[in-house]
Amino acid sequence: MAKKFFFYTEEMTVGYDGRPLIRDIRIELERGEILTLIGPNGAGKSTILKSITRQLKLLGGCVYLDGQQMQQMTGREIARRLAVVLTERIRPELMTCEDVVATGRYPYTGNLGLLGAEDRAKVRAALQTVHAAGLSQRDFNAVSDGQRQRILLARAICQEPELIVLDEPTSFLDVRHKLEFLEILKHMVRERHVAVIMSLHELDLAQKISDQLLCVKGEYIERHGTPEEIFTSDYICGLYDMEAGSYNAAFGCVELPPTKGAPEVFVIAGGGSGIPVYRRLQREGIPFATGVLQENDIDCLAACDLAAEVVKERAFEPVGEEAYALALSKMRQCRRVLCPLQTFGAMNRRNEELRQEARKAGILVSDSEL
Amino acid sequence: MAQQVPAQQEPQTQQKPGQFPEKDGSRRRTLRYGVSFVILSALLAVLFVWNVNSGSVDLTVREIFEILTGRGGDETSVNIIWQIRLPRILAAVILGGALSVSGFLLQTFFHNPIAGPFVLGISSGAKLVVALSMIFLLGRGITASSTVMVLAAFFGSMISMGFVLAVSRKVRQMSMLVICGVMISYICSAVTDFVVTFADDSNIVNLHNWSLGSFSGTTWNNVAVMAAIVFLAVLLTFLLSKPIGAYQLGEDYARNLGVNVRVFRVCLILLSSILSACVTAFAGPVSFVGIAVPHLVKNIWKTSKPILVVPACFLGGAVFCLFCDLIARTVFAPTELSISSVTAIFGAPVVIFIMIRRRKAA
Repeated sequence: MAKKFFFYTEEMTVGYDGRPLIRDIRIELERGEILTLIGPNGAGKSTILKSITRQLKLLGGCVYLDGQQMQQMTGREIARRLAVVLTERIRPELMTCEDVVATGRYPYTGNLGLLGAEDRAKVRAALQTVHAAGLSQRDFNAVSDGQRQRILLARAICQEPELIVLDEPTSFLDVRHKLEFLEILKHMVRERHVAVIMSLHELDLAQKISDQLLCVKGEYIERHGTPEEIFTSDYICGLYDMEAGSYNAAFGCVELPPTKGAPEVFVIAGGGSGIPVYRRLQREGIPFATGVLQENDIDCLAACDLAAEVVKERAFEPVGEEAYALALSKMRQCRRVLCPLQTFGAMNRRNEELRQEARKAGILVSDSEL
Repeated sequence: MAQQVPAQQEPQTQQKPGQFPEKDGSRRRTLRYGVSFVILSALLAVLFVWNVNSGSVDLTVREIFEILTGRGGDETSVNIIWQIRLPRILAAVILGGALSVSGFLLQTFFHNPIAGPFVLGISSGAKLVVALSMIFLLGRGITASSTVMVLAAFFGSMISMGFVLAVSRKVRQMSMLVICGVMISYICSAVTDFVVTFADDSNIVNLHNWSLGSFSGTTWNNVAVMAAIVFLAVLLTFLLSKPIGAYQLGEDYARNLGVNVRVFRVCLILLSSILSACVTAFAGPVSFVGIAVPHLVKNIWKTSKPILVVPACFLGGAVFCLFCDLIARTVFAPTELSISSVTAIFGAPVVIFIMIRRRKAA
């Protein structure tokens, strides 16, 4: 191997009770990078993380941290380099948040575990890093989920690790706390040059925070790559075996399935004017067709996942005769026509004609009449 | 504990999330720890004197002082104090402390506040093996020595412990584990009663008292053996404070912090078994001390830091048992109550309280 990574695995095989679950996992990670594991529930994301942190025995292969084989390192050596934030809920008795954070100093204290002045300063610094200084004297069991995760991150930080492993750190948090947590994590990765391996359920966040992604499914790692390589609609749908709905790569979000059947409503749209109407029709379970949309139109990107039928034109081309004719015939099969589109220019002049045709036929309705 | 208070311009009632609270309470906490130790030590001293002083033979405080310092008193009084009351008091102190430390270890091990040597059936297992070996030895005309008793009790505790551990692998629910422990306890007690009832040797009459739990009949030889064992075990426990503290966050965090969890768990089991075996060998089963005292201690000290809780548990257990033994001896004098009945009266409500509070929290 030409280049040695800070953290890497060689043909790591993981599983429970000697039964392999996932084979030949290869991870290569530098300091200052975030690797995220995504994949369906029960695929073995936690199993991989637990094997890396030595909570589970490896069933094969090796894990290297900074050139050293982890199986040969002592517990204390690993504790000084690797910290964890786990999913299991802990309910320590009569411990303040500061006490919980202070447990991170364990690998550095003496035989009785008494904290020195330096340890105390580091505990306080860690609390400040996660913006939780004000919580220091609160009972750990009395703080909110979001605060608790931050305290546990502070605990990991004050362990002064080079690698942090987090198992679904943002589950159970609301949007604000999810963002806050990941922002602190990202900041720390940049500032302290820490490597991060974590599992996430939130695809949108995984896409935005990760430098690398590992897709866990089946007996092998299904794919390994950058967010750009992983987050394509087809791949994500396949990874999660999505039968209902779809993943929209352009928006980075998931969509409910479109209402199938012969279109009842035709929507003349473009430039984003159609999306709210599409969503409403989808909510109400009315199958619809829409057009004419250039392939690079934002409405087109959404309509592909939401509409029963879409009449398209090539990107950057004015609406042509062929598309117009198709749209007109589709429109005539619908009982009602909506036209949220208000702006017409050189590229969509024919859509204005569509509207006139609809009006002539008396099927053009306003939004409220639907 | 030195603490730098962060500079803040003006006193605030509303605390800002990003800033450390103006008073971090560390001084108040240190004070609380100190005061709690002083008060409990004072209580221990008071109960010590009270215990020496109470009984069928009335003595003045002055007489007692003279007897204790070896400067006077008639022979009967000297004998009563030195051969009966003092060893008994010391047994209550040492064994009470041992029991509550043993309970604290089991609670740490099972991550549950209602674990203890009595409810998990460990005391009863020890009791059964001690009774069997005493009957066996007495039948051959041998008087069992303190060491043999402790070994037998340790063997019995380990058998019960083995059962409990096997069950705990199968059931994750703590209440189920406790129910299994109570059942084991009943089975062992029933078998013990059975063999004690049908053993006709006159020496075994004492066994009956012992099997109900009592500090009476302790000799100086007993005191020496129990003191040595308990001192060593509690010292080792104290030295384990650091991993115990890490273990309180759960096994996985402890492992990540570098604790060798397997070795550590074995240490917890061995230490708690030795401590509760020692108690059972000398005083029979003593109920609820192992649960009630650690709980009370944690709430008096308002901390679960093992470095404080271990010595505090020992002190608390000593006070609790001394108090209960005083009641057992004096309330219905000359009839003596079994120590277990008295500790149950004070200890069981604490257990009920913990269970109700946990239900609320969950």
